[in-house]
Amino acid sequence: MARIIVVTSGKGGVGKTTTSAAIAMGLAKKGHKTAVIDFDVGLRNLDLILGCERRVVYDFINVINGEASLNQALIRDKNCNLLYILPASQTRDKEALTQEGVGKVLDELSKDFEYIVCDSPAGIEKGANLALYFADDAFVVTNPEISSVRDSDRMLGILSSKSRRAERGEEPIKEYLLLTRYDPDRVKNGEMLSLDDVQEILSLQLLGIIPESKSVLTASNAGVPVILDEKSEAGQAYADIVSRYLGEDRPHRFIESKKGFFSKLFGGKK
Amino acid sequence: MPNNLPVLEFKSSTFFAPILILFNNDIVGIEEALEKKVKLAPEFFKDSPLIIDLSEINKHSKEIDFVQITQLLRRVGFFPVGIRGGNEQQNQQARELFIPIDTVRELTNLIITDEKNKPEVAQKSDSQAMPATKQEAIHAIPPRPVYVAATLITQPVRSGQRIYASGDLVVMSQVSAGAEIMAEGNIHVYNTLRGRALAGVHGNTAARIFCFDMQAELISIAGDYKTSEDLNKQTYRNPVQIYLQNHALIITEIV
Ligand SMILES: Nc1ncnc2c1ncn2[C@@H]1O[C@H](COP(=O)(O)OP(=O)(O)OP(=O)(O)O)[C@@H](O)[C@H]1O
Ligand SMILES: [Mg+2]
Repeated sequence: MARIIVVTSGKGGVGKTTTSAAIAMGLAKKGHKTAVIDFDVGLRNLDLILGCERRVVYDFINVINGEASLNQALIRDKNCNLLYILPASQTRDKEALTQEGVGKVLDELSKDFEYIVCDSPAGIEKGANLALYFADDAFVVTNPEISSVRDSDRMLGILSSKSRRAERGEEPIKEYLLLTRYDPDRVKNGEMLSLDDVQEILSLQLLGIIPESKSVLTASNAGVPVILDEKSEAGQAYADIVSRYLGEDRPHRFIESKKGFFSKLFGGKK
Repeated sequence: MPNNLPVLEFKSSTFFAPILILFNNDIVGIEEALEKKVKLAPEFFKDSPLIIDLSEINKHSKEIDFVQITQLLRRVGFFPVGIRGGNEQQNQQARELFIPIDTVRELTNLIITDEKNKPEVAQKSDSQAMPATKQEAIHAIPPRPVYVAATLITQPVRSGQRIYASGDLVVMSQVSAGAEIMAEGNIHVYNTLRGRALAGVHGNTAARIFCFDMQAELISIAGDYKTSEDLNKQTYRNPVQIYLQNHALIITEIV
């Protein structure tokens, strides 16, 4: 049985797709056969970030409609042979996504994969609700700003009441916080919420902080998940997150400003 | 699909619907009161199913047109789905509107009524002046105290979530901004309260709100309310209790 992870946020553009690609790659690199599904019907972003957009023949909706088999639609990643992508349809409308259809696809994937990562669309509409419905774990991607935190809070409400686990009265979905695009300098200036501010409102288990980093854009332009850029801070942050998720103990990083750290080291006497 | 599968199945379940008890037949007054209530919690009441309780009105033999009441409720945004405590004529009107008559609960009402009137009944039977009629039948039902269990919430109440308790409500976890908790009785929040809390929503002016860390967007008891704008800075972020005194909400710190 696969473990189903939903990467969700409520608010758009906070880094869900970046995160989905990174952690799916991270899990696969650690030897776990992983599938990542793009639930953002009509937009199709995940395949770009994973650099497989030119190999898309069939998509998620084709599989749901029985027009293609899962094996025909799944794309094997070029960097890691344990990672598979199920792309979203760019042309179909969202109505084609049904709970029954999604359930069937996830059931079939579960037989063969260890982890299934669901990249949720923004909003709290049908697509987002379907992406989380079957989840076991939720990675709640949040930016350190009040509107993102509010939307995450709202998403957490939906996770705890509208999921299959909630409906069946099973153990609730495990919820984790991923604080992304974190910039300690801007936190210090009061332009961004601090980790403590965010946690005061959400009180979630923190899986990791991903700093604001140019390497994210560079990586997505190159079609390579940023986690493979081991030199970048964002890549390291995602690697930490995957390790923590798998139960390793890693201290949190990227909370303090680098400048602050160095000035503490060298400028202590001033 | 193989055609030996059944086409349908009945399952037993419960369906949550608030009860609207009418005390007066003044249609204009009812409309005003309803709109005021709906304004307080528009999301909660929107498209809400509703059971109309006419027992109070009929107890005082006031005339009321059930058709008119139904139309009014639909206009305000409710879906009347039941009538209880109606008389012969009102029940007939309900049937014509396809609104079911809730008879099971009428028995419960009877018990409550009996409980209230118990001293009187007892007195009469003491003096042995009571004829062996209806009242004896009522007396045969053992008087039962009206007890509604408190609702306990241990999970965070997140933005967009609403909780309704028909008795007291006890929340052990935080209540986020944008969340709404309502109770017909008291509300206790042993954590941070950032959302809206409405106690005594059926008009119980003795209801209170207790909270450990007061940062609410809105608090209300029996319809009297204050928004965060009117909330005293002194009590902000402190443990407080809130109660009604002569229609004024009093907020005091709990030391
Ligand atoms: N840690 C980061 N540092 C810098 N830029 C980032 C970071 N994370 C994400 N971004 C950028 O933010 C933008 C949005 O990212 P992404 O597409 O992953 O968000 P999303 O939540 O999936 O958006 P949508 O809601 O539209 O699906 C992209 O341009 C991405 O490059
Ligand atoms: Mg996306």
